[in-house]
Amino acid sequence: MPDWPILTAITFLPLAGAVFILAIGGTDEIAARNARFVALWTTFITFFVSLLIWAYFDASTAEFQFVEKHDWFGGKLSYHMGVDGISMLFVILTTFLMPICILASWESITERVKEYMIAFLVLETLMIGVFCALDLVLFYLFFEGGLIPMFLIIGVWGGKNRVYASFKFFLFTLLGSLLMLLAIMAMYWHSGTIANLCTADELARGITSCPTTDIKTLINDVDFPVNMQSWLWFAFLASFAVKLPMWPVHTWLPDAHVEAPTAGSVVLAAILLKMGGYGFLRFSIPMFPLASEAYAPLIFTLSVLAIVYTSLVALAQEDIKKLIAYSSVAHMGFVTIGLYTFTSQGIEGGIFQMLSHGIVSAALFLCVGVIYDRMHTREIAAYGGLVNRMPIYAFCFMVFTLANLGLPGTSGFVGEFLTLLSVFRVNSWVAFFATTGVVLSAAYSLWLYRRVIYGTLEKASLKSITDMNLREIGFIAPLVILTIFFGFYPSVLLDVMAVSVKKLVTDYQGALAAAEHLNQLAQR
Amino acid sequence: MTTLLAYVPIFPEAVLAIGAMALLMAGVFRGERTTVPLNWFAVGLFAVAAYLVIRQSGGPVSLFNGSFVVDAFTRFMKVLTLIGSAVAIIMSFGYMREVRLEKAEYPVLIVFATLGMLMMISANDLIALYLGLELQSLSLYVIAALRRDSMRSSEAGLKYFVLGALSSGMLLYGCSLIYGFTGSISFPAIAATVAQGNVALGLIFGLVFLMAGLAFKISAVPFHMWTPDVYEGAPTPVTAFFAAGPKIAAMALLIRVLLMAFPSIFPQWQQILVFISIASMTLGSFAAIGQRNIKRLMAYSSIGHMGFALIGLAAGTEQGVTGIILYLVIYLVMTLGTFACILSMRRSDGMVETIDDLAGLARHNLPMAFALMLLLFSLAGIPPLAGFFAKYFVFLAAIQAGLYPLAIIGVLSSAVAAFYYLWIIKLMFFDEPADRFEPMLGELKAVLIAAGIFVVGYLIIHAPLEAAAESAAKALFY
Repeated sequence: MPDWPILTAITFLPLAGAVFILAIGGTDEIAARNARFVALWTTFITFFVSLLIWAYFDASTAEFQFVEKHDWFGGKLSYHMGVDGISMLFVILTTFLMPICILASWESITERVKEYMIAFLVLETLMIGVFCALDLVLFYLFFEGGLIPMFLIIGVWGGKNRVYASFKFFLFTLLGSLLMLLAIMAMYWHSGTIANLCTADELARGITSCPTTDIKTLINDVDFPVNMQSWLWFAFLASFAVKLPMWPVHTWLPDAHVEAPTAGSVVLAAILLKMGGYGFLRFSIPMFPLASEAYAPLIFTLSVLAIVYTSLVALAQEDIKKLIAYSSVAHMGFVTIGLYTFTSQGIEGGIFQMLSHGIVSAALFLCVGVIYDRMHTREIAAYGGLVNRMPIYAFCFMVFTLANLGLPGTSGFVGEFLTLLSVFRVNSWVAFFATTGVVLSAAYSLWLYRRVIYGTLEKASLKSITDMNLREIGFIAPLVILTIFFGFYPSVLLDVMAVSVKKLVTDYQGALAAAEHLNQLAQR
Repeated sequence: MTTLLAYVPIFPEAVLAIGAMALLMAGVFRGERTTVPLNWFAVGLFAVAAYLVIRQSGGPVSLFNGSFVVDAFTRFMKVLTLIGSAVAIIMSFGYMREVRLEKAEYPVLIVFATLGMLMMISANDLIALYLGLELQSLSLYVIAALRRDSMRSSEAGLKYFVLGALSSGMLLYGCSLIYGFTGSISFPAIAATVAQGNVALGLIFGLVFLMAGLAFKISAVPFHMWTPDVYEGAPTPVTAFFAAGPKIAAMALLIRVLLMAFPSIFPQWQQILVFISIASMTLGSFAAIGQRNIKRLMAYSSIGHMGFALIGLAAGTEQGVTGIILYLVIYLVMTLGTFACILSMRRSDGMVETIDDLAGLARHNLPMAFALMLLLFSLAGIPPLAGFFAKYFVFLAAIQAGLYPLAIIGVLSSAVAAFYYLWIIKLMFFDEPADRFEPMLGELKAVLIAAGIFVVGYLIIHAPLEAAAESAAKALFY
């Protein structure tokens, strides 16, 4: 294990790149070119450094690794970073997708390139920070700070209706998160009432109340009373449900996706949405096990509604990006179902689904970007018969379409299958309705594919369309390979997360058993 | 010699008082030719006073039979006020040249007003409270009407004066009731009497009137009506000055009165504060949405911010007061930075002040747009900028004190407030450019850059500020 602060390095490397771009001068053209290259190299280096944590990662322990901890704000907060088997994969997903995003924006962004690259690099720092933070307030800083660059990315480089979309995105997310912030404060003061949190040094100085927002401490050493758990759980739900998004607060997502530039949609779908699921895993389930158990039916209901409803809505879409956005909401429904089964299988399925969706939805948005750059429209009706002119494109798009509908042999299958398998044992009705979602997703995905790719090439405007160039193949090919690779060999990912997930499940069951025991004592 | 040494604690005030008189003489005899040196002289006075304030150390020292007190709290607030006043003068140079308003009375009045603020901060009985407050207010009324040939400016001054006089009247009435029911004017003596138990209804009435008068000065709802009009009508540098020092001094006074004179009837004034705070936050957030004039918008924004700051006082704990002090520091920096931008909204045909004039600023002047964006996100309380930490620590105190409804309404209204800050950012970054502004003046640039660095760097440079704020708060809870 390296003895230098590797997580801090990964987190703040992109920020350093952003500062560097800020210093680039020269005419617009030269500055733009340099900014692109600096951004690309920064993201590449970040990716390779982040691969180091995978190399050094010890998958046999559920402990947080690469931990760094410093007091902050006089000990009221702490700068505490670390990853376990769950968060490490999300860090890698983020660093892996960022160079792709930069490449995808290479030619499609021509205005204010410097600012665009800065916004993206700052966003990368904040996203990596979210998955590394082990202090609730630090987490909140990264989580909420990400709104600023994303707001600008949608608003400045977005489509026609960008103002509406960016405001909706910002205000929805902000409102949800603020309630979580209050919950964090309540947790802080509650932890102050727990006697054994103080170190020997603090006790010696006569300090008996040591409130903390440290995630590790809150998970392992602090039990919240049942009533309080409910309130806290709902406050966290407000934030994560908006972010994930869950029905009925998903409405910002289609707008944001449609208006954002391609790379913005990619980041939004592949990483920002995952923060919601990650939040459930990291906070809601381990910190409020009793409330999670009590409200699991609520989550199931909302998820099933999301799956069926948004799949039907997706069928009716005429805008390719909007269709994919709704399908994202449906797929996130599987994630929440998987997580709230509280079984190893289900949680692993949920996480796998998130990672797979991170790759597949990113790829789908990139595919839309490829034809959007050529035709400047996202209307399904404007396309048709592309296979005649764009065979490579048709192939790539097909792989991702099939992965999106969960065909065995693609990464999309593994997550959905594990989820459905585990939820069937918990509640077969949920499994039944969720499975209809799989059928519907096949319907809208294949229908989309048929309308865009197949048929004869009739429209005059499409006659001169060209297939993907090397740059585009360059960023799509790794995604094709990974989609198929993880479909056949999911254990690469599952093995990394297994121990951490197992600890999560064991702790959860332990908490339930303890509560049960207390209840019995009280009745006697 | 020993008698002179006893008066060391009032040296900063003495420097300002003597300096202001000297400025007045110089202004009278030299006319308007010397305005720029006079302004710099005033800034120098503030610097000397600040140096003298920092030089003082140690626990509470009181003078003049206990009517004037100096402790860590007063030191902190005085330095803050002096910084606010000095920066406000420095920022006014360009504007005053532009509108041909280089009058000698401007620095004189600012110095007198600042002297009043320092006296307010150190006031430890009702007479000193009133003296400081009136010295400050009377100077402010005149400064608001500084542009005598402008209808709006005169109207602002008159409005401020009439409403201000009314609030002073209420405050005096409150003071007399408090004196009548406790038999004392000194804060510690009042506290001792109140602590003995029999709290007369008249005393509560007095307290309410006192708080109403002070709420007027910090422009908290429902005593905020003057704020938008005065902010809009007064010359812009004067508005910047109003938004900075006076708010801080009045807030310091409110904190001291409530904590020093009425600690034992905390529940009584807590309710009032909770109400004022909720009303200010919600009104500040909702009313600002419709504003087109950026000065009016900042007026509502400052109303909202005072509401947020009061949360810390409503909690009534040491953490709460630390939170409110830090809030004021951060508020001061953000406000001065924002006003540096407003003062730079200058076209070849004069100053402009609607928010639509900011449209497309990012195309013409990216650094300015970027810095203003940071300030606005910080005002909205978005992490990781300074404004977030300001709000975090006052809300933390509120949660500890169990003020859940206050905290929930607070965060909801901060989400509403985010809308209008975002709207300005949208204008600057998303919209097509309006006409170009004249280049920014050097001093405004410096203020803006300093403020921008502060809001971004707060998460690294907070430690000394926090330590100072904590010891300041401790001085009120011994």
